[in-house]
Amino acid sequence: MMSTATVDTVEKIVPRKKKVGGKKLALTGTQYLLLVFFAAIVLMPLYVVVVTSLKSPAEYTSLTAWSLPRQLSGAGWAAAWEALAPAMLRSMVLAVSAAVLSSFLGSLNGYVFSKLRFPGATLIFTLFLFGMFIPYQAIMIPLQSLMIDVQSTAQWLAGIPTLIIAHTIYGIPICTLIFRNYYATALPDEIVEAARVDGAGTLRIFRSIVLPVSAPAFVVTLIWQFTSAWNDFLFALFLTNRNTGPVTYALQELASAQNPDYSRMMAGVLIASLPTLIVYIALGKYFVSGLMSGSVK
Amino acid sequence: MKKVKTWLPGVLLLLPSILLVLVFVYGLIGRNIASSFDRVETKSGRLVSEGGLANYATLLGSERYQHALWNLLVLTVVFVVGAMFFGLLWAILLEKGVTGEGAFRSIYLFPMAVSFIASGVVWRWLMSPGTGDYEAVGLNRLLIELGLPQLQNSWWSSDSRFNMAAMAIPAVWQLAGYVMALFLAGFRGITTDQREAARMDGASEWKIYRHVLFPQLSPIALSALIIMGHMSLKMFDLIYAIAGQNSYVSEVPATLMWLQLFNLNDPVAAAVNATILLLLVALVVVPYLVYTNRTEKAGR
Repeated sequence: MMSTATVDTVEKIVPRKKKVGGKKLALTGTQYLLLVFFAAIVLMPLYVVVVTSLKSPAEYTSLTAWSLPRQLSGAGWAAAWEALAPAMLRSMVLAVSAAVLSSFLGSLNGYVFSKLRFPGATLIFTLFLFGMFIPYQAIMIPLQSLMIDVQSTAQWLAGIPTLIIAHTIYGIPICTLIFRNYYATALPDEIVEAARVDGAGTLRIFRSIVLPVSAPAFVVTLIWQFTSAWNDFLFALFLTNRNTGPVTYALQELASAQNPDYSRMMAGVLIASLPTLIVYIALGKYFVSGLMSGSVK
Repeated sequence: MKKVKTWLPGVLLLLPSILLVLVFVYGLIGRNIASSFDRVETKSGRLVSEGGLANYATLLGSERYQHALWNLLVLTVVFVVGAMFFGLLWAILLEKGVTGEGAFRSIYLFPMAVSFIASGVVWRWLMSPGTGDYEAVGLNRLLIELGLPQLQNSWWSSDSRFNMAAMAIPAVWQLAGYVMALFLAGFRGITTDQREAARMDGASEWKIYRHVLFPQLSPIALSALIIMGHMSLKMFDLIYAIAGQNSYVSEVPATLMWLQLFNLNDPVAAAVNATILLLLVALVVVPYLVYTNRTEKAGR
């Protein structure tokens, strides 16, 4: 199972052939009813968030919480943007840098694990994989004191740089897995072997043969790492504060205000989720590939 | 010797990552475990604990931790069963390729793209405990409007022993789509010939699922179970966002650990707690990794 490529799961999830069977018509009626019913339930929170974010703070009451706004108001969005903008920028820097760095390391590692089998490779690979599953609570206390130590000599590391380091390192296992599985199927051993016979060195092969065919796997890991760094809260809570933290931190602060302004809060939820939602809508199938690789295989 | 020459450069390329994982995963785990055995003294120097395994006995014996473990058990059972049930159901509804499948798939999966903090903020409001015509907001208000006022309840903040079952609702909402995607890939991996053959033999749809499809999906079901199970053990953000940072009724080991460190000033107990959490996750994940490793080798 483990050798199943992650990128080709995209093909797998998309139906092969449409079945046109007359006798199944009765079944599809109920089927659609159920599908629409569940879709409505899944979308229900989104509905209430959008509706509330577009009401003026004065219009929000618990009695009318589920009804459409009588008058559209941008006040909630404006207030939420003002509160979240600096943290949005920090999150963008964090998520992009962490995604690029761990993807690059992942492609190097994936190449080595898939094409240059060395003694003990399986063991080391399994040790990497376990790092993907650990509860980060188990490393958080010493990581926090380590980072405080480091920051006492290099203050510029405080905040986002610290989080970039953490997400890059803890993203290595999943990126390695994705690239290893990708190269195992997409890059024939014979090509690598032929290049070696022609005298190309390991790095040279990586640069001129492996990297040029890596784009599909890069898309998957970049999206996956971007999303997980953007959505992370645990590292942010332990390693940053309200002035240096990413947008999840800022949103949590905004939402725990004493007298909640619900239109601002719900607009904040949308603003903070927009980048990952856009990525999901635009590049959904690659997002799914990332998900599937979490199942090891 | 020629062999060494071919793999040595590869190992060198791998070295930075090996070192990083070694230090930041295994080194830090080691340090955490070491500090979980530390002596505990009060600020004035009075001895609280000799250290060693006594620290573990103290935490495991404390009522607060047992309460957190119970909550985790309720959350995990309801969440895993719920996510598996809806994930499988959605996959079955979609697997034959209905028109508009792509749209349904995207809708069921979209919560996965949202952070637990963002969804937690919304679900905190949805699961507001107020009931009755003037107090009810969120889901309780919706239940009134749907003509089902008797279903109103105080969700996770009720004083029932099973209050954490309510906390599983947003978790299922967020992750059932993941399970669906796994099962859908599984269904699509099974050739249509097998189905056709069974159909020719006169097997009913149900029998085809029961005897042809489900048995082939069991490795995927296992993966889904392990992924959901270990996610549940680690669940922190969602509970923190919904219940706030200091909620006893919804406390699980992961949230208690944060409190032990920052509120209760007990880093040793926090380290013990984190180590036990790691053991619980390892108990679930390590056999799975060994199993996939073995099947991979067999497949080669």
